[in-house]
Amino acid sequence: MTEHHQHIKLPEGSIEKQTVTLNVGPTHPATHGVFQNIMELDGERIVSTESTVGYIHRAFEKIAERRPLYQITPLTDRLNYCSSPINNMGWHLTCEKLLDVKTPKRVDYLRIIIMELARISDHLICNSIVGVDTGAYTGFLYVMQYRELIYEIYEEVCGSRLTTNIGRIGGFERNFSNTAFTKLEKFLKEYPSVLKEFENLFTRNRIFMDRTIGTGGISAERALNYGFTGPNLRATGVDYDVRVHAPYSSYEDFDFSIPVGKTGDNYDRFLVRNEEMWQSLSIIQQAYQKIQEFKGAEAEVFHANVPEYYLPKKEDVYTKMEALIWHFKIIMGEVDMPKGEVYKSVEGGNGELGFYLISDGGRAPFRLHFRRPCFIYYQAYPELVTGGMLSDAIVTMSSLNLIAGEMDA
Amino acid sequence: MDKEQKMGLTNERIQERLTGKFGDAVFHFEESYGMLSFEAAKENNLKVLQFLHDDAELGFRFLTDLCAVNYPDQPGRELAVVYHLHNLVDNLRIRFKVFTDITTPDVYTASKLFAAANWMERETYDFFGVNFVGHPNLKRILNVDEMDYFPLRKEYPLEDQTRVDKDDEMFGR
Repeated sequence: MTEHHQHIKLPEGSIEKQTVTLNVGPTHPATHGVFQNIMELDGERIVSTESTVGYIHRAFEKIAERRPLYQITPLTDRLNYCSSPINNMGWHLTCEKLLDVKTPKRVDYLRIIIMELARISDHLICNSIVGVDTGAYTGFLYVMQYRELIYEIYEEVCGSRLTTNIGRIGGFERNFSNTAFTKLEKFLKEYPSVLKEFENLFTRNRIFMDRTIGTGGISAERALNYGFTGPNLRATGVDYDVRVHAPYSSYEDFDFSIPVGKTGDNYDRFLVRNEEMWQSLSIIQQAYQKIQEFKGAEAEVFHANVPEYYLPKKEDVYTKMEALIWHFKIIMGEVDMPKGEVYKSVEGGNGELGFYLISDGGRAPFRLHFRRPCFIYYQAYPELVTGGMLSDAIVTMSSLNLIAGEMDA
Repeated sequence: MDKEQKMGLTNERIQERLTGKFGDAVFHFEESYGMLSFEAAKENNLKVLQFLHDDAELGFRFLTDLCAVNYPDQPGRELAVVYHLHNLVDNLRIRFKVFTDITTPDVYTASKLFAAANWMERETYDFFGVNFVGHPNLKRILNVDEMDYFPLRKEYPLEDQTRVDKDDEMFGR
């Protein structure tokens, strides 16, 4: 017996204690990302938990201090990569605020189409993953084909799918092609019935309701104190949405409502995201309609007239002196920014994505800080799951829409 | 532009309330891109935050963001801790800064007032070495525990892009 103890060096008191320590993560299929939770379990009940993050920290804020504005856009892709167009446009909007660039209405509406598509794809992933974690795999596979369609639209507009690097300061790199609009029409036509089916699969499903109602709940007051934003905050009953409180990209021209929940539990988070997808669909429809109303030269506008910051057309770069100079200056970061401090935020897929940019008048930011919503609200996780069951903690984790890329920056 | 001033509370009114309460202890008021920004001595950060939070008229109860900035050229004021606060009712944002010297970067923690500040302060400590006095768990969060420097300070430059001494078949330049 004593010999046995010598070989396996157990921590002091680990035999006598009544609880079990369990590592969930850093790489575990149920975490959907790289986070570690060290949980103390009494049976299946969670006594305490400690979260560790930072496994994929890539020092974006430091890298950004050497990069000209356009080279920072690809960094923002890699924050919340489930809805990277929103991050890209948030960054471009921040630059536009600093540089005082006004965008034409058509650009705003095109941006809104892309951002709302991104929101749908983000919520779609999150909600279907909640389904997977409660044992319903079908919904997840079924809706994937519509995320694919969204990605095809991105591809048509910017050439890439996941890390999109979409748009420019002042607008888009090119006008939307007819194929993009055809695909958008297909999406608008087919997606509502798919979302309806997806919703039918879950909202009144006895098993799903039993698993999600009353688990992972938080009060509005605690959620605000914890800095919750986005659907997670709205599920507690607070109707804070950046699109309405500080409208950007002409969101004020649109008619949509902000769904709110009541209990802030996993079920309410699911419902809020579900309803937001319907609202996003309606916004896209309105935006598409508005775009079709532009006539003549206005119908071809896809960027603001800002040669200092907007890359010229490639044909012009090869044939015109002026365009070549601007191209060189922008690519090499020879255009200095004005001095100033701006904070700009957009409603990202999982909350308020903020950019705090300090410029000292140089080519690269003096300091750039990302307000990453899930980094801030993930610290409430122990409070959400303590006292609950381990299997509910897994559902809570996926319903918070945690994206490791965003959390770790 | 953010439509922030349509309600009752305005930037001028906030400044009035703050100077009425703290006098000269709050200073450097400026409005950049529509957001009111001001400073206080680092000893007073909690008093100011508490007042902003508790005052019925001001009601800045939401901590949007907390981060630090390193200004190596300002002796005695090398580090700034920047709080972005939001009044959700009147829909106004403000920016509040406290400066500290880099040799004794002690700033009181706001984590008792805002639970959200806990990790944001840990991140700020991790990257700038700001010592948040009274923080319940001030340790590194994104970097490895063994790290012995604060990487976002300006004294640690990024790798020289023109270096030629690297001989790496797979990842070298």
